Amino acid sequence: MNGWIFILVCLTILIWAALCLVYDKRPRFLRPVTAITILCIWVAALWTLIRRFTEGLGAVTGMNDNAPWGLWIGVDVFAGVALAAGGFVIAATVHIFRIKRFEPILRPTVLTAFLGYILVAVALFIDIGRPLSWWHPLVMWQEHSIMFEVTWCVILYSTVLAIEISPVVLERLGLTTLLRLVKTITIPVVIAGVILSTMHQSSLGSLYLIVPEKLYPLWYSPLLPVFHLLSAVAAGMCVIIVESFFSSKILRRGLESSLMADLGRAASIILFLYLVIKLADLAVRGSWVLILEQNLQSNLFLLEMLGGVVLPAILLSFRRVRKLPRGLLAASTLVMMGIVLNRINICWFGMSVSDQLHYIPTWMEIAVSLGSITAGIIVFFLAVHYLPVFPKTEEELPGAVSPLPNAA
Amino acid sequence: MTKNQHMTDTSAFNRRRFLQGMAGATGLSVISPSSLNAHLPAHAETPSVLVDVTRCIGCRSCMRACKNANDLPNDTDLSKGFPHSWDRQELRFDQWTVVNPATGCNADGTEVTRNVKTQCMQCLDPTCVSVCLVGALTKSELGPILYDADRCIGCRYCMMACPFDIPKFEWKGGMSPVIGKCQMCTRKRLAEGRIPGCVESCPTGALKFGQRDTLLFEARARIKTRPERYLNHIYGEKEAGGTAWLYMSDVPFESLGFKSDLETAPMPPLTWEVLNKIPMVAAAMAGLFGTLAWSLNRRESLDSQESPDNQETPE
Ligand code: SF4
Ligand code: SF4
Repeated sequence: MNGWIFILVCLTILIWAALCLVYDKRPRFLRPVTAITILCIWVAALWTLIRRFTEGLGAVTGMNDNAPWGLWIGVDVFAGVALAAGGFVIAATVHIFRIKRFEPILRPTVLTAFLGYILVAVALFIDIGRPLSWWHPLVMWQEHSIMFEVTWCVILYSTVLAIEISPVVLERLGLTTLLRLVKTITIPVVIAGVILSTMHQSSLGSLYLIVPEKLYPLWYSPLLPVFHLLSAVAAGMCVIIVESFFSSKILRRGLESSLMADLGRAASIILFLYLVIKLADLAVRGSWVLILEQNLQSNLFLLEMLGGVVLPAILLSFRRVRKLPRGLLAASTLVMMGIVLNRINICWFGMSVSDQLHYIPTWMEIAVSLGSITAGIIVFFLAVHYLPVFPKTEEELPGAVSPLPNAA
Repeated sequence: MTKNQHMTDTSAFNRRRFLQGMAGATGLSVISPSSLNAHLPAHAETPSVLVDVTRCIGCRSCMRACKNANDLPNDTDLSKGFPHSWDRQELRFDQWTVVNPATGCNADGTEVTRNVKTQCMQCLDPTCVSVCLVGALTKSELGPILYDADRCIGCRYCMMACPFDIPKFEWKGGMSPVIGKCQMCTRKRLAEGRIPGCVESCPTGALKFGQRDTLLFEARARIKTRPERYLNHIYGEKEAGGTAWLYMSDVPFESLGFKSDLETAPMPPLTWEVLNKIPMVAAAMAGLFGTLAWSLNRRESLDSQESPDNQETPE
């Protein structure tokens, strides 16, 4: 119980801190309070991890024999991978489709994706029962398993991201020969990254193809891989918007608002596409009637679809909303929360028998998730501080930076 | 089954899988849908057990025998609740079979209680084997599905995917927990030509061990001679593509808690059909994006040659 109060307090403070940034209010105690909160979360997470590695998963998580996958898989891995999808979208935009306008946000986006995948890898290391055997999939092959394919794609794609982000470090260290080498292989590497991402983003959905009678029919569909890929692309773009917004606030730099508006528009189109396919799929399989059931699953499904897809898709389709940084931010946050809810629904509520939940997460699981997210954010800003991630001066981007957003 | 077949060393099988893995690691592995099953005995010859639910008195001898046969801790009081009804027991990583009273409903609406034994069904086309990414779960040459803790990474996908919810996990296992499930005494008893521990211990003949086609024949014969005693449904004959454990009963299986919404087609193709398209899609994407990037890049460099100071188009 005390643990839950602790989590609630921490969450409230973090949300308050984010809102302060959004509304340009910077009370003097903002920094110390946030820092202390994050430290407390880390201590709790560390303590949880020590117990997890000494006693076992059952000692700290709510997972059990009837619910083998919990929040760490649903949020840290499934949602984490989806939210990091922006990396391959922007890399493809710049390097394959050669739309050079997006170059200013390429590096921060790839950095976000890279850190995201590191967090996913850490989460997997914590969550798999026998962490010391993490390397087994590399030498023990079972090509019939979707999990095998996902594992390989994630490992290879993390390597791709490391190569894509390496110029930042190489530039800083002044290693020009290596830098030139990386530049020459960039396009093939980016293409490999796009293929690998398409494969594992969709395959995370395919993981559930094997449980047609276990996953609630509102989510089970032969099209799961398509849904996972589309939603990840949309959410990945929204993460870029949110990330750019907050870095513009924290680093006190301009916001590439025309690029953000374009991203918002693209996300809206993809969300509508997702919605159409989803509705068609529900109609064809006849499972749409379950929406009217008014049980736990149908309510969560409605929340996810209306709040995370329909509403932001409509909001983002208005030019007026896209012009306002805060409007963009709000809609993008909705999309992000929608996709997190979707992954939680699939891995938790959708796999439970109607109203009987086999699994309730513990506060310690949430502490670890929060700890890893905050660690990711802090490492991001440290990297931005010490490495040439953002373009040096704003004059380098004529037309891209508008002075308006901070005043809005 | 001849004694010779029983003697087949299961480690030879594991060695082969390992070699396959090595071949894969060097890029030699040929991905083919049949490679998982190519070396297996015909389904008809698979060692199987026929469970006659009407004959089970719920004595739980098989539970004890299972623990002894597999060196599992035998410290649970299985007779708690006597004499009215046993306390319910669940499958655990160290309890591979359970017998529980289940109250079902006859066709005419009368309530009846039967004792139902649960354990791994030893699917003919096992879902767990198809999902395990490191090959820790394998179908042995004898037929039953074996688990190898030394390969397992503990991802628990097998638990999530098994249509019968059989594999269980050692939740308090620190850094090296294991998955536990019935392996039909393959390594210790079948390989020596002995029958599974539970079958040996059953005092009423509710369990019968044999070749799958023989048992199916026997079950059909029992149904035919005593149609008033048995339902005309052998559970496991078709469920999830067929299982080695077969059940017959006088009470509808669904009302006794058996899963009734399973397809008769095997489950592994559900993912394999997506998986086997991936190489093609990946190749197509590589070609498409490669051409695109190359041609756009070329046009760019041509453009920049013409007007060197106008490399970027603003909108
Ligand atoms: S019942 Fe489950 S654990 Fe047993 S063989 Fe079938 S899929 Fe595997
Ligand atoms: S938990 Fe072990 S046996 Fe089960 S799928 Fe994962 S690696 Fe295979």
